[in-house]
Amino acid sequence: MNLRELDPGKVERKLGDVVLALEDVSLAFGGVKALSGVSFDVREHEIRAIIGPNGAGKSSLLNVINGVYRPQQGRISFRGESRSHMEPRHSAELGIARTFQSLALFKGMSVLDNMLAGRNLKMHTNILLQALRIGPALREEIEHRKRVEEIIDFLEIQHVRKTQVGRLPYGLQKRVDLGRALAAEPTVLLLDEPMAGMNVEEKQDMSRFILDVNDEFGTTIVLIEHDMGVVMDISDRVVVLDYGKKIGDGTPDEVRNNEDVIRAYLGTEH
Amino acid sequence: MPVAHALDTFPRLLLNHAAVRGNQPAIREKDLGIWQSWTWTQMRDEVEWLASGLAQRGLSRGAHIAVIGANRPRLYWTLIAAQSLGAIPVPFYEDAVAQEMVYVFQNAEIEFAIVEDQEQADKLLEILPQCPRLKHVWYDNPRGLRHYAQDELANYETLRDEGRARSKADPGWFAGEIEKGNAADTAIMLYTSGTTGHPKGVVLSHENLISASVAYQELENLSDEEEVLAYLPMAWIGQNVFSYAQWMVVGFRVNCIESAETVMTDMREIGPTYYFAPPRVLEGLLTQVTIRMEDASWVKRRMFHYFMEVARRVGAKILDGHDVAPLDRLKYASGKLLVYAPLRNALGMSRVHVAYTAGEAIGPDLFVFYRSLGINLKQLYGSTETSVMVCVQPNGEVKPDTVGPPMKGVEVRVLDSGEIVLRCPGLFRAYYKNDAATREAKDAEGWFHTGDAGYFDAGGHLKIIDRAKDVGKLSGGTLFAPKYLENKLKFFPYIKEAVAFGHGKAEATAMINIDVQAVGDWAERRGIPYSGYTDLVAKPQVVDLIRECVEKVNLDLSRDEKLAGSQIHRFVVLHKELDADDGELTRTRKVRRGFIGEKYATIVDALYSGVEHCVVEAQVRFEDGRVGSVRADLLMNRARTYAAQLERAAA
Repeated sequence: MNLRELDPGKVERKLGDVVLALEDVSLAFGGVKALSGVSFDVREHEIRAIIGPNGAGKSSLLNVINGVYRPQQGRISFRGESRSHMEPRHSAELGIARTFQSLALFKGMSVLDNMLAGRNLKMHTNILLQALRIGPALREEIEHRKRVEEIIDFLEIQHVRKTQVGRLPYGLQKRVDLGRALAAEPTVLLLDEPMAGMNVEEKQDMSRFILDVNDEFGTTIVLIEHDMGVVMDISDRVVVLDYGKKIGDGTPDEVRNNEDVIRAYLGTEH
Repeated sequence: MPVAHALDTFPRLLLNHAAVRGNQPAIREKDLGIWQSWTWTQMRDEVEWLASGLAQRGLSRGAHIAVIGANRPRLYWTLIAAQSLGAIPVPFYEDAVAQEMVYVFQNAEIEFAIVEDQEQADKLLEILPQCPRLKHVWYDNPRGLRHYAQDELANYETLRDEGRARSKADPGWFAGEIEKGNAADTAIMLYTSGTTGHPKGVVLSHENLISASVAYQELENLSDEEEVLAYLPMAWIGQNVFSYAQWMVVGFRVNCIESAETVMTDMREIGPTYYFAPPRVLEGLLTQVTIRMEDASWVKRRMFHYFMEVARRVGAKILDGHDVAPLDRLKYASGKLLVYAPLRNALGMSRVHVAYTAGEAIGPDLFVFYRSLGINLKQLYGSTETSVMVCVQPNGEVKPDTVGPPMKGVEVRVLDSGEIVLRCPGLFRAYYKNDAATREAKDAEGWFHTGDAGYFDAGGHLKIIDRAKDVGKLSGGTLFAPKYLENKLKFFPYIKEAVAFGHGKAEATAMINIDVQAVGDWAERRGIPYSGYTDLVAKPQVVDLIRECVEKVNLDLSRDEKLAGSQIHRFVVLHKELDADDGELTRTRKVRRGFIGEKYATIVDALYSGVEHCVVEAQVRFEDGRVGSVRADLLMNRARTYAAQLERAAA
């Protein structure tokens, strides 16, 4: 079932120019080659999936994009600016946010506070004013709270607004993690296995949210996912990695029929 | 501003509130985590603009307009805007699937609809080809709808803005339209969920609803300071009378919840003073309390159980103003400090001065639980056709098993057949375009045949036993009231739903749905692993747990002279939850006994044929409309029964 087809009367979105491009990127940890000579691009407003077997280098690729890893070779260009590597803070300031495979939330804090933490880069008043909650700091906090509440409303998690994140079921924590990333108002969102460990219903909900984020906010989305059904349903284009190399790139249909991809996933026929 | 008219229609009441208490909040909604309010004046303006927009689009006097969604201020405004124009709002259950809506759209020839969001808009777009008359659909929440290209769809705000521009140009128009209305005009049409056949449109006039509301206002001394929580379906008469008609008559405040999942929090924040809940909701709250107490520390648990026992003994008596020994009063007072008050606070019921329950019979134990906490919970009896105005339990005279004496102006008789018939000012005018049904329900002298069986007790209180057509006899001649058995079963937190069988049979049997939350919790505590509902019901320990419940019911029944013969001999724990989407429950979540009996005929046969197992396949309808099936091997379980009036068990 293609989720996109469920929307009656929805006009096909127009994909924009390339916003993010990786050229010939290689990354090695000692003798282990995580990525070798990978190039691919992401266009404005698209949903771009990265797939591949375990250890194929998918998470490494995301880590290169947001600057956690520094590749030994290759260039990354973001909105026309080419550089040899990113810095995490810099990438965040450029509008790249991400979620993590193994959630990055403050378990002891409420959903609301976790999401407010996601707005850290948007807070401009100084810490003293913030602590006293006076003047501009108060106005700013109200504004932040409003934005976060809009995201809470968007992700339909009003009922757990003040609940400690650690007490939530896993599927909901994943949604909060997405909310935390959205709170930074990113233009590019990197999702590392947003549906890992979810049941069918939770996956459907999450797919719907990803499509809605893409649609409502125009956010460009790069996601890693193992569930082929989901990937084929929601992505515009798919990159396939195997042992750190790119073995396929194209629309879901093209990738589905790619011999190398079939071999990587199903093994060689003898 | 002098009031030119008697306040005999809802729009006139609105104008009056705007004039008398214009700056008081009329309605609140929790949005983005904050309670937003609109005063009566603001609301009057919003309603005027909307009415003006609708008139401009061609909504005419006597036409129907669909209102679909959860409790939202704009949907309430739609009701009154339509009424201002003499048009008739038709609220729908928000969880109804698209195909269920087709009949009503066709039957009422609906051309206009105001819906809450994308979910509802999608349903209407789906049925558009079957409902060619439907021309306009306006939505309140635009999320996800921006790319929809259909001409029929438009934003509520566009409509309101069009209306606002027109109202500015013609300020006297709105009052003029309201002038044209009459008390006898149709105010609203509500479709009865109907346990059989097509739903019937119940036509209620302004006069019907206003007279019922005034009766309640006088009875309970309602003031414009009341806080009411709007959380039940708008298409249900209970919600309509308590959160719309009475709101308009009394002028109190209605508070719309943020979402269905936040009811508990919202209720605690608002602290309603006047509360209305069907037994199912009260049951759900009690289940949650029970589960949370099991998780509490040993000291708290002991304290809870000790003081709840005190409350069970004397709480209701104290509430009714009866004599209670001073020592018990003291115990109750300390219980109030330590348990009841904090519990009421946790339930959001600290400020409730009167609460009603209706819609279904309530288990006596459940009912007493709330009363023993000092919450003045009362039962009332009524239906869509009577604007829920028939009987109410008076203060100080509340018996758990009756619904009280008839209200002022209501005549009630019990026919020889046991059926209750009545006449009252709130009585509906007709079923829409269904004279045959109207004649069947309302005889020439205006008596309405309720279809309920019951009798008056010595104190003149009406006691409802069951639906007249459901009350039967076992083959041995013992009275068999299925509802009575089901309610007894359902009081156990582990049992969510039960369906009893036995009419014309030698013994009674039951199908049972477990409460997956409560039983799941119970299983976790005992380290029993399970993956979901179907897996859970297959556990022998769970079957034993349910067996214990059934046997307790049997023991209880054995002490009842009339019903001792209808003890439950065999039961089956169903492999799937009964669901309104599968047609097994009505939208108000009442069991559709006949349908279930047919659908699960193999299980019913197995219950009586003496076999141990039965393999069944059941259809399940998923929320997105797809259909799948569940296969299961069900165990037919035996429960111990007890000899009448004896303590010792017999086989």
